[in-house]
Amino acid sequence: MSKELEPLADPGLPEHIHRKADIDPIAAKRAERQVAVLFSLSAVGTLLFIYSFFFVSEDLFIFVPIMGSTNAQQLGIGIGMAASLLFIGFGAVHWAKTLMPDQEVIAERHELRSDPKDREEFVKTAKGGAQAAGLGRRPLIKRSLAAAAGLAGLPAVLLLRDLGPLPGNALNETSWKSGTRLVTDPGDRPIKPSDLEVGAVAQVMPELATGKKRTLEDIAKDAVLLIRLRPSEFQLDAERLSWTYEGIIAFSKICSHMGCAVALYEQTTKHLLCPCHQSTFDVTRAAKVIFGPAARPLPQLAITVDADGYLIAKQPFNEAVGPSFWERKS
Amino acid sequence: MTARERVAGNVANYVDERTGAAAWLKKNLNKVFPDHWSFMLGEIALYSFVILLLSGTFLTFWFDPSMRHVVYEGSYQPLKDVEMSAAYASTLHISFDVRGGLLMRQIHHWAALIFVAAIVVHLLRVFFTGAFRKPREFNWILGVALLTLAIVEGFLGYSLPDDLLSGTGIRIAHAIIQSIPVVGTYLSFFAFGGAFPGEVFIPRIYIVHVLLLPGIFLALITIHLMLVWYQKHTQYPGPGRTEKNVVGYPLMPVYMAKAGGFFFIVFGVTAFLGAVASINPLWLYGPYTPGQISAGSQPDWYMGWLDGLVRMAPPLETYLFGKTISWNILIPGLIIPGIIFTGMALYPFIESWLTGDKREHHLLDRPRNVPNRTALGAMSLTFMVIAMINGGNDIIATHFDLTINQIMWFSRIGIIVLPPLAFVITKRICLSLQRKDRELVLHGRETGRLVMLPHGEFVEVHEELSPAKKFALTQHEQPVAIELVKEDARGVINPKGIKAKLQARFSAANAENIAKPTPAEVKELESGHH
Repeated sequence: MSKELEPLADPGLPEHIHRKADIDPIAAKRAERQVAVLFSLSAVGTLLFIYSFFFVSEDLFIFVPIMGSTNAQQLGIGIGMAASLLFIGFGAVHWAKTLMPDQEVIAERHELRSDPKDREEFVKTAKGGAQAAGLGRRPLIKRSLAAAAGLAGLPAVLLLRDLGPLPGNALNETSWKSGTRLVTDPGDRPIKPSDLEVGAVAQVMPELATGKKRTLEDIAKDAVLLIRLRPSEFQLDAERLSWTYEGIIAFSKICSHMGCAVALYEQTTKHLLCPCHQSTFDVTRAAKVIFGPAARPLPQLAITVDADGYLIAKQPFNEAVGPSFWERKS
Repeated sequence: MTARERVAGNVANYVDERTGAAAWLKKNLNKVFPDHWSFMLGEIALYSFVILLLSGTFLTFWFDPSMRHVVYEGSYQPLKDVEMSAAYASTLHISFDVRGGLLMRQIHHWAALIFVAAIVVHLLRVFFTGAFRKPREFNWILGVALLTLAIVEGFLGYSLPDDLLSGTGIRIAHAIIQSIPVVGTYLSFFAFGGAFPGEVFIPRIYIVHVLLLPGIFLALITIHLMLVWYQKHTQYPGPGRTEKNVVGYPLMPVYMAKAGGFFFIVFGVTAFLGAVASINPLWLYGPYTPGQISAGSQPDWYMGWLDGLVRMAPPLETYLFGKTISWNILIPGLIIPGIIFTGMALYPFIESWLTGDKREHHLLDRPRNVPNRTALGAMSLTFMVIAMINGGNDIIATHFDLTINQIMWFSRIGIIVLPPLAFVITKRICLSLQRKDRELVLHGRETGRLVMLPHGEFVEVHEELSPAKKFALTQHEQPVAIELVKEDARGVINPKGIKAKLQARFSAANAENIAKPTPAEVKELESGHH
């Protein structure tokens, strides 16, 4: 609602001022030539495109200020195409602005609502239609149709069922079993504790049965980071300390927040940082979250060595790796 | 009649006898469109869409959305003999072994960034000028839907090449799906055909990206434009312009030439960017593997706010009754975006209810004359900008020598404190601008010319505004507060109760304006001395 103060008088549309080209034939001729020049420049652009496409070597690199060393063919066809389009646009707009009529005109607006008679008749027709169908008088038809239509949606949903398997226990399992050897990634070589110096960090994977290939799904939950510290640097409880071996500690590399690879290790602070959302984990305190949105530490893998002196997993992960999900325990 | 006219006449006659198009065309070729630079913003979005269709179709001729393992044998030496998916290999093929392929890929990507940007700026123009008001609420909702779909479409698009960066984006999308309570795990297994990353997700989003969503876009854009056509465009207020008319240029020939020319300009600028400005150089990232990542991973700009919200979320996760809920993902990833987009879609109805204004509006508001709406817009923008800044916190940290912690805490506190502050400041600025308008109408423009009067006093000469300018500054209406009816004359308590109170309070806040000059005031000053 608003109080309508009497407004100041509307002086109406301002008087139309003619452009130079409207009254001066020489100016009009000049504008015409300008438009033609712009259109011709577009044709030049097209020629540049054709020339670059066929006659410039794909391997020719030229130096362009700011851009540096640039592929000449790519640049030529790009600039050619840009020019062929831009100058058509400039020409058309210049034409409209200098030579086409620039006097504003007034059109009336009409109210959008239909006139009362039409509205009345519409309601009558709609009601008449519903009545003729007997929707009001035959509730049985109405209700059974509603029920049937509702149910008919089910097949559409059910058809999507085979998009994928049910999750089952998949999210809680990894390839790490008790006694699985840790192998380098890439390289797939087993590792001895002496391969890692204090301060070193390495990405490892579970050893594969011969002839098996590692899939991306495996990597998405099996990737593990090995970090070697001085044993005195750990601040772990007895159980977690027993999961380390001579200062070597192993964590899932898959971030407990959204599953990115936690790839940045800062040696001086002994922090692991996830580049996606900057969750920061303290290696000395079992990957406790010290900053960022992650809510849980990275799962720790218990490790030891086998009879040959190679690093192995003592037991599987004792929790699900990667981001949280509804059914996750703890 | 010349020969050419005869041919044209024959063709026109042939078509009209079969379609009756002449009557419709006669009326619509003369259709009047108001002219203003800000009406081009939606046009840019439309033209970018056309560019996306053209360049995208070109890319489909070579792109292979398959997760089949191949060994790269193309001409890009650093990745020679590397095992990768066919999707990534075919993207490299387009970039290095198809003439103009890299150009088209870069045009496609730039056009996508421009498409979303143009939609956002167009939306801001519509919001701040009140163009969404009756009868254009439907078109506003369509616009919000198009923006939402554009963001989704853009994300799907840059997820297709299966490089290390895009795979990381999919990883995060997967985590968001998985975080949905009760059904999340199932949804993620259905969408990905099993565990992440699987082999079906990219082929599936490919068909959504190139067929399903473009089809929906085409339908919605068509309705959006038909409504603009049918309801006639809004116009800015000014002399001669009223709620009952449209002042502007006829479609034929001026608008056709200008709009047609503008399409070529938008296409040309996009092509120029594609030619000189490298975008998404995915050959540098390598193929996706879940065990690796590149530092400084950044999404496209329109996802930045979402990423920023996720980054600043506190580490909240609950484990109750044996079920885990990741609030640190749910709140920033789904709940806040849901509230933002729903609120945006419903805004025309909320404003109409709060102000009690149910009339049609075809004249646009000057933002200063609707301080509350303008302030609300500034507040929302501030929220988004802070979220976006935090989305680039790693980049900002390295460029400005700050720590991530400093930026994160600035964002966490700022996103709560700064938006309300922006509201208050914007409202004050609007009222000050209203005061300035009033001053201008009543006392004219300060000319900077000083005159010494005979008795030694110095005065500055004020120049009276033209009647057209005066009208433009005073033509708007100023709302009055809805009075709260606690009980009617017979003592019956208002059944609307708290709703009526709410409405009364908001409309009172809305009525806080600097009174515009009345004709009486103007006349008095004109007749008086100066």
